[in-house]
Amino acid sequence: MKTATNTLCRALRTLTAVALATFTLGTTGALASGVEVALDKAPINLNDQASLQRGAGNFINYCLNCHNAAFMRYSALTQIGLSEQQIRDNLMFTTDKFGDTMESALNPQDAKEWFGVLPPDLTLAARVRGSDWLYTFLRSFHRDDASPSGWNNVIFKNVAMPHVLHDLQGTQVLAKTGEKPGHDGHIEPVMKLAVDRAGTLSAAEYDRFVVDLVNYMTYMAEPARAQRSQIGILVLFFLVIAFFVSYWLKHEYWKDVK
Amino acid sequence: MANVTKQAIEPPIGGPLGKAIVWVDERFPLMATWKAHLSEYYAPKNFNFWYYFGGLSMLVLVMQIVTGIFLTMNYKPDARFAFASVEYIMRDVSGGWLIRYMHSTGASMFFVVVYLHMMRGLMYGSYRKPRELLWIFGCLIYLCLMAEAFFGYLLPWGQMSYWGAQVIINLFGAIPFIGEDLSVWIRGDYNIGDATLNRFFAFHVIAVPLALLGLVAAHLLALHEVGSNNPDGIEIKKDLSPDGTPKDGIPFHPYYTVKDIVGVVVFLAVFSAIVFFSPEMGGYFLESANFVPADPLQTPAHIAPVWYFTPVYAMLRAIPSMFGSQFPGVAVMGAANVILFALPWLDRGKVKSVRYRGPIFRWFLGAFVFSFLVLGFLGTVPTTVWGQVPKGLPLLGGVDVATLVARVLTAVYFAFFVLMPWYTKIDKELPEPERVTY
Repeated sequence: MKTATNTLCRALRTLTAVALATFTLGTTGALASGVEVALDKAPINLNDQASLQRGAGNFINYCLNCHNAAFMRYSALTQIGLSEQQIRDNLMFTTDKFGDTMESALNPQDAKEWFGVLPPDLTLAARVRGSDWLYTFLRSFHRDDASPSGWNNVIFKNVAMPHVLHDLQGTQVLAKTGEKPGHDGHIEPVMKLAVDRAGTLSAAEYDRFVVDLVNYMTYMAEPARAQRSQIGILVLFFLVIAFFVSYWLKHEYWKDVK
Repeated sequence: MANVTKQAIEPPIGGPLGKAIVWVDERFPLMATWKAHLSEYYAPKNFNFWYYFGGLSMLVLVMQIVTGIFLTMNYKPDARFAFASVEYIMRDVSGGWLIRYMHSTGASMFFVVVYLHMMRGLMYGSYRKPRELLWIFGCLIYLCLMAEAFFGYLLPWGQMSYWGAQVIINLFGAIPFIGEDLSVWIRGDYNIGDATLNRFFAFHVIAVPLALLGLVAAHLLALHEVGSNNPDGIEIKKDLSPDGTPKDGIPFHPYYTVKDIVGVVVFLAVFSAIVFFSPEMGGYFLESANFVPADPLQTPAHIAPVWYFTPVYAMLRAIPSMFGSQFPGVAVMGAANVILFALPWLDRGKVKSVRYRGPIFRWFLGAFVFSFLVLGFLGTVPTTVWGQVPKGLPLLGGVDVATLVARVLTAVYFAFFVLMPWYTKIDKELPEPERVTY
């Protein structure tokens, strides 16, 4: 029982910490020095194949340098409208085979040394964290001289990952913009993310880039998702008809039950 | 023995099929079984909405067995490969995602229909004489079902699989004297590992399903021996037509087969809506943390059991530990299930159905259902969900409000059973009708 109690205590502590911090991000972008932030809604669309294809490119060019997607095969990308030739020419490392899964070239030993942790596999990241979390996370990096990588993230405190996309987004800082009364009468600073050096993309272009990436990661986490809604509509249509037929059958048989 | 001659059997239909049936019937009780259990099994004609769920439970059982067989063709019960093999099923096996979602949705829907089926029994007194054994077989099926769900949940080898099983197995460690050894014996290791996964696979795929099928057969045989109860709770066998069949009974086939088909279609619509549009059910059927492979070195922030275990889990958490042992909570959790067995002997009412019970029973039943539902909710959330009692209050100051509520509701849950001999006796019941209301 000890482990269970410990686990429970740990869970309660974490949740209390989360509950104690007050946050608002999104429309205002105002932040407290907190642990978690209200997430921005990721405007993804799994039926937008162009976006999924761009996202696959973004994922392979940026994420796959360090992270694996060990359950995702290159060949599965034909489901988002790419031909085998396109995939081979543009998305695969020359040493990979078409049926291979997406493995990073990064040596796990090196990764452990450089980041302190192994970069997690990203195949299922969108199912674990949610698309909105990924969308917010990738837009919430800021400079932090106190952290080993020089970066920090508003919704993932002291994350080991540096801001890989800073060339595109530019750099952000977390700046104090005011004060407000917090819990127990303490004055809490109101913190806000602000761009202090522009990147190669405008803010709108960067958001678009992240939307494509998250769209692709959502697809990758469950490739059958678009398919299952399509089949689902057919199945329900069939069942509606079956209902009327079976109801009529029951009605006919039960006429003689008095 | 040699002189035993069988009566000549009339073919039920003409043609070669009729002859084939006669041929079989001379060697096997085919028509006799068909008649005894379907075409001449008389069921009360006044079954209502609540009477769909027994048949639906059987439907889900069959679905779980069939989808389970296809899953085992690609699943690997090995700690190194289990998680990846599930993703393989989801991505590379054709139709694999559908089979897997049907199985995961089926697990939850099994409990939905079984809970509704048990609720029916409580409302209409279906556990009362002469159906005590029928009820006990049902309780055993329920226990098997919980075991089956628990063993199955480890197999995807995600974080919740691992840590959920860790929490439950550690409960056995709370049993005095033998606890620690017992939990090691269950795991086959000092920690949950490959040995645990392998044996859970064996239990999930062979042992428990065999027991379940046997118990379901016994449940059905017992039912057909005594006949079905009905929403009025009166025995239809007491009022027979001149031909010896109950006046208020109708043959199960074709009347209830065609009626149950309607229920099956509606159920499948709900089931399909979940499978195709929301297989995670907002995290209640498939928890998001279970998409992370099991990691013995990293405890998830919040370990919550799947929804069907949350009522008893909330009781477990609510009971304070004594002498540093969680055993009282574990005992209460076990008692919450075991007490169901005693129900036929706790009820002293003269009528069976809630329709003719007095107000006290109705209030107790309502309170029982309410406590079950709210405990179920509380089991899914951290105990801090409703904050704490203000520090200044004596005795209760600083205690989580949700824990207090869970304690009260645990008492309500047990009061339904423990006080039953008393309140069913003094309750002002209404007279039962002579014939069923239809």
